[in-house]
Amino acid sequence: MKRIDIDHAEGRSRRIDTPGHHPEREAQPRGAIRRGKRPIDHAEAAERFLAAPDHLAFHDQRLWDLRQKRDREAFAIPEWEELRDLASSIKDYALANLDTLLEEFERNAQANGITVHWARDGAEHNRIVVEIMRRHDAPLLVKSKSMLTEECGFRDHMQEQGLAVIETDLGERIQQLDNEDPSHVVVPAVHKLRADVAAVFAKTLGTDPDNHDPAYLAEQQRESNRPLILGAGVGMTGANFLVAETGTVVVCTNEGNADLSANVPPVHIVSAGIEKIIPRAGDLGVFIRLLSRSALGSPITQYTSHFRGPRLGAEMHVILVDNGRSARLGMQQFRSALKCIRCGACMNTCPVYRRSGGLSYGATYAGPIGLIIDPTIDQRKYSALPYASTLNGSCTAVCPVKIDIHQQIHAWRGIMAEQKEPSRTKRTAMKAAALLLAHPSAYRVAVRTVGTVLPHMPRFAVYNPLNAWGRGREVPNAPRRTFHDWYKANRT
Amino acid sequence: MSARDAILAAVRGNKPSQAVPRPDVPFFDRLADDALVDEFRRRLEQMGGRWLDPGPAEEPLAPARARIAQAGIVCSNVARLPGTRTLAAGDAPALLHDVDLAVVRAAFGIAETGSVAFSERELVVNTIGYLAQHLLVMLDPADIVGNLHHAYARPEMHAGHYLVFQTGPSATADIEGVLIHGAQGVRSLTVMLVARTIA
Ligand code: SF4
Repeated sequence: MKRIDIDHAEGRSRRIDTPGHHPEREAQPRGAIRRGKRPIDHAEAAERFLAAPDHLAFHDQRLWDLRQKRDREAFAIPEWEELRDLASSIKDYALANLDTLLEEFERNAQANGITVHWARDGAEHNRIVVEIMRRHDAPLLVKSKSMLTEECGFRDHMQEQGLAVIETDLGERIQQLDNEDPSHVVVPAVHKLRADVAAVFAKTLGTDPDNHDPAYLAEQQRESNRPLILGAGVGMTGANFLVAETGTVVVCTNEGNADLSANVPPVHIVSAGIEKIIPRAGDLGVFIRLLSRSALGSPITQYTSHFRGPRLGAEMHVILVDNGRSARLGMQQFRSALKCIRCGACMNTCPVYRRSGGLSYGATYAGPIGLIIDPTIDQRKYSALPYASTLNGSCTAVCPVKIDIHQQIHAWRGIMAEQKEPSRTKRTAMKAAALLLAHPSAYRVAVRTVGTVLPHMPRFAVYNPLNAWGRGREVPNAPRRTFHDWYKANRT
Repeated sequence: MSARDAILAAVRGNKPSQAVPRPDVPFFDRLADDALVDEFRRRLEQMGGRWLDPGPAEEPLAPARARIAQAGIVCSNVARLPGTRTLAAGDAPALLHDVDLAVVRAAFGIAETGSVAFSERELVVNTIGYLAQHLLVMLDPADIVGNLHHAYARPEMHAGHYLVFQTGPSATADIEGVLIHGAQGVRSLTVMLVARTIA
């Protein structure tokens, strides 16, 4: 395997040097501690991530690098904003007609020979897969990355049933072998350094523990997965889009693992959330042009695959999964979160996400979009998450389907505050912040004085237990002059 | 109530009540026809794909033949570029696990992204596009469309069961963001522009 230096959106990644002295010895910080239904303590897990300087620096810079590449690709397309508007309104249309579009998809998929199943929740989804595997006497399933199956607790269930599941995406495989959830929707193992991966592979795949070269490690995974793929009885993929008009399932990957999972075994199962529907094939142009540019800053994923029916002699199943989505459709305030195409751009740009790591959210969905979705899944357990945001609006600015992310996060805070969900500390802090933010002139004065006051403020004033925002955050470098001052001087 | 009916009923009950218009998607033409080949090549190489110039007019396929001669097991779907193994629809997909080089004609190319498109008609056995170590693609310059909007207006979207846009070789950057080619699928993808009438 060759490492190639080319002008590729990812290839342009500069090597990120971490500041610590022992990047090879710094233990990888683990994610949030989960205690049943008790609220997830994001701040506690974030603090542990902050205490690992090499991991923190790499994570922060790598994701910011993706954000910058996203900007470069977006600015290169004159119609970028028009595409975002189109994507947003196509999704609005799809949500407003979701029932009829689902029926249309089902009709067309069935006409092409696809078996369509419906699952109300994760358990039902998992049962359907087990049933298909038993019918085919297949003990092994190879799958490509899918956030939906993470929601469904799929792998654990399969293990209980004595059925083997192999993740074929490299990042997802690393996470599977390390018994961790993915920490990011696009780059699942981005919180790990190469030494962490080398340690996991040495333990589980028997690779050389001292060889940390990413090319070596990736090659080891390729070689160890390949025979499993060749022998698997069932292959599973997720779906990025479902096209109602044609009954097509669209899957985007860079590794080609979805195509291997779908094309090698005699059975292909697609797990898809019902909100993945778009009306027409012509709409795909909009979404495919936005997806990878927003996610990785590349013009397209290496593989964009369209499955419209089973291969000659093979079977194809699509499981349409609800798992709370139809209920979310009824939550008027949070409905538009269903438009999410899981590009991860909001995470890459979020200052809190970049510095706390995805696993600190203790939920399937991390980062800004997670702050909206997670409480719709369990309001008590994820009651503290809406506070894991600075509300700077950067997420909203990059979202390719124009979800008003930060406003929805703010709306959740209102609900949590009403129901007294957050701790007293956070409410006190929020009240002060809310007061400040509610009075623009006072806010501007405060921002202007920050530059002169902050450097002289004792650390305990910023980092005291009453300031929930100060926890896990460094004092920012305040600009010498605020935008507002500049604007007033130059434009009025 | 079946899961299907329960889900559809819940969706019906919860969906927004106001009518939403369905937007039409324009083609966003930006590239002149004579700029398509250059843009295709630029994006192909940006995405890690390789470019192979065809030979002189008397022997345009010579560079491809040279590649084939150097490879071990070669599966070719291009009649005038025979390999060492022929494919038939219905062959077991896993049989192709030992192929070194696959030679395939693309259904079309996309300038905006440097992608080549294959349906099951071009691949014959879909796994040839993934299990082979290397891929050599013949593309007619007349088959290059400007952008994805045009790609999705092609008849291939409405015919057949499989259509893939491949853009460069398989890639991953899952370990510390370091780009590696040959993640799971092919390790290299090379495109040669040759009219359909030639091969
Ligand atoms: S909310 Fe928007 S930016 Fe975030 S993952 Fe979803 S589509 Fe991407």
